[in-house]
Amino acid sequence: MTGPMLQISGIRKTFGPGTADEVRALRGVDLQIDEGSFVIVIGTNGSGKSTLLNAVAGTFPLDSGSILLDGTDITRWPEHKRARMIGRVFQNPFSGTAPTMSIAQNLALAARRGRPRRFGWALKRRLRDELRDRVGKLGMTLQDRLDQPIGTLSGGQRQALTLLMASWLRPKILLLDEHTAALDPKGADLVVRLSEETIARDRLTALMVTHSMSQAASLGDRLVMMHRGRVIHDFRGAEKQRLRADDLLARFEDVRRADRLDESAAAMLRRLYV
Amino acid sequence: MLLLIGALTIGLILALLALGVFISFRIFEFPDITADGSITLGAAIAAVLLVKHVNPVVATGLAAAAGAAAGSLTGVIHTRFHINRLLSGILMMTALYSINLRVMGKSNVPLLSEQTLASDAERAGIAVLRTASVNLFRWDVSTRDLSALVCALLVVTAVALVLYAFFRTDLGTAMQAAGDNQQMIRALGVNVENMIVLGLALSNGLVALAGALLAQYQGFADVQMGIGMVVWGLASIIIGESLVRTRQIGFLIVGAVMGSVLFRLLVAIALRGGLNPNDLKLITAAFVFAALVLPQLLARTTARSRRARDRRQDAAAEMA
Repeated sequence: MTGPMLQISGIRKTFGPGTADEVRALRGVDLQIDEGSFVIVIGTNGSGKSTLLNAVAGTFPLDSGSILLDGTDITRWPEHKRARMIGRVFQNPFSGTAPTMSIAQNLALAARRGRPRRFGWALKRRLRDELRDRVGKLGMTLQDRLDQPIGTLSGGQRQALTLLMASWLRPKILLLDEHTAALDPKGADLVVRLSEETIARDRLTALMVTHSMSQAASLGDRLVMMHRGRVIHDFRGAEKQRLRADDLLARFEDVRRADRLDESAAAMLRRLYV
Repeated sequence: MLLLIGALTIGLILALLALGVFISFRIFEFPDITADGSITLGAAIAAVLLVKHVNPVVATGLAAAAGAAAGSLTGVIHTRFHINRLLSGILMMTALYSINLRVMGKSNVPLLSEQTLASDAERAGIAVLRTASVNLFRWDVSTRDLSALVCALLVVTAVALVLYAFFRTDLGTAMQAAGDNQQMIRALGVNVENMIVLGLALSNGLVALAGALLAQYQGFADVQMGIGMVVWGLASIIIGESLVRTRQIGFLIVGAVMGSVLFRLLVAIALRGGLNPNDLKLITAAFVFAALVLPQLLARTTARSRRARDRRQDAAAEMA
């Protein structure tokens, strides 16, 4: 393959332009991600990190810039069309599964991600066997409850299944949007471990947003820090491996201090000139 | 006995309406009022074609197709032009009122001497039983009524089975998921807007089929016959849900059919007991209102008593 798996060039997005709620969520982001790379995205609140993921997923149209996935320009593709190439796990564990449908049905839906859906049986015997097998490998004894509505499961279990669904057909890129933030510590540990295993086993290209500095330090081979709709730091290779949670907190402190400095400078300018 | 058989037959025919309303209201949570117009559309198209001596099966099929077209239009109005769900249906229903009058050319089309599915069923019944009336549990039942009932039962059973099978296919599960969790199914590559259009087409196709069959059974199509039918379908679904008490789609389909038949029986008994037919819509609406409100009230009172119990226990724990 030539070129990066994901190429984001100069993307901008302002929500509610010209209104009191105007938010300049992305202010020109450039990012290239190589195939097989596992990139962590961190940032302050409102820094645009989740917006970045949603831009790749196609939740909203961009104001400008372009997104190429595996050499294909997907900038103008609707969300459902991009789904052929993208696996997603959301922050809310309820977002990734259809609650009244069974575990097996949910997985069967994922087994046809981005493919035409016609009048073939959703749960063929062969698929059922595969389901038991792959659900069994999660180690949560869910393989015997495949016909249970998925809404009866805990957040951690649902998130683990959503991860399995997102990676059932190998995606060009896996998007993980703070997918452990809403879970209890035990569930979060489980889902982090499964994410790591899945990405390593299938050699997936992945983009993961997290609030957890320990996850940010221990996971991935590259780390991107965002602030106010821009990428402000990009650590790779050995530099990424050396990063500790404390280093990241220190960087955040720098950002905050710079912000305060900006504010006081602006206040001083106002005093002088206005 | 005649009353019972008539109520069962109409209950079964309207079960198709209930299944249509089930798809829009329950699968998609789309309060689709189009059904009030599309049931009449189905009746009108079938009646007009039958008067022109079109084969009853063909006429019924075309009626269902017209209903499906009306439903998909409602879907397009909502998804492509971003009109509120309720309003999309109201617009379509209002437009259909004029269209139905245009189709029929007058407000009522009688079918008394035409060849219909009902007359076909009667002929088949007489051919099988070789008599004009049967003695059933010591009641004389005309073969005409009995064969209409049997045919309605066969049609509804077939439709329910096909519908159940559909919701086990790739397309059907995707449709169900599009109603259950849009974000999820979009992330799995399904165009939710298309699913809504398809679902409303299926829903109104069934509703129009009910209208076509009803017109042939009762022997006329009337431009007013659709009024309040959505609420009628909802009442059937609510009764069905309380009968089956599960969210599995197979049971819900059976429940909707049973609910429709049961509701029609109750209404027939009430009418027999002296209920003024003019009050029927009011009572149906009041029933649906009560069925929607009661669970909320119950939940509130149980929550209140649970809080009271917790308080008592807390107080007792403090005392100890």
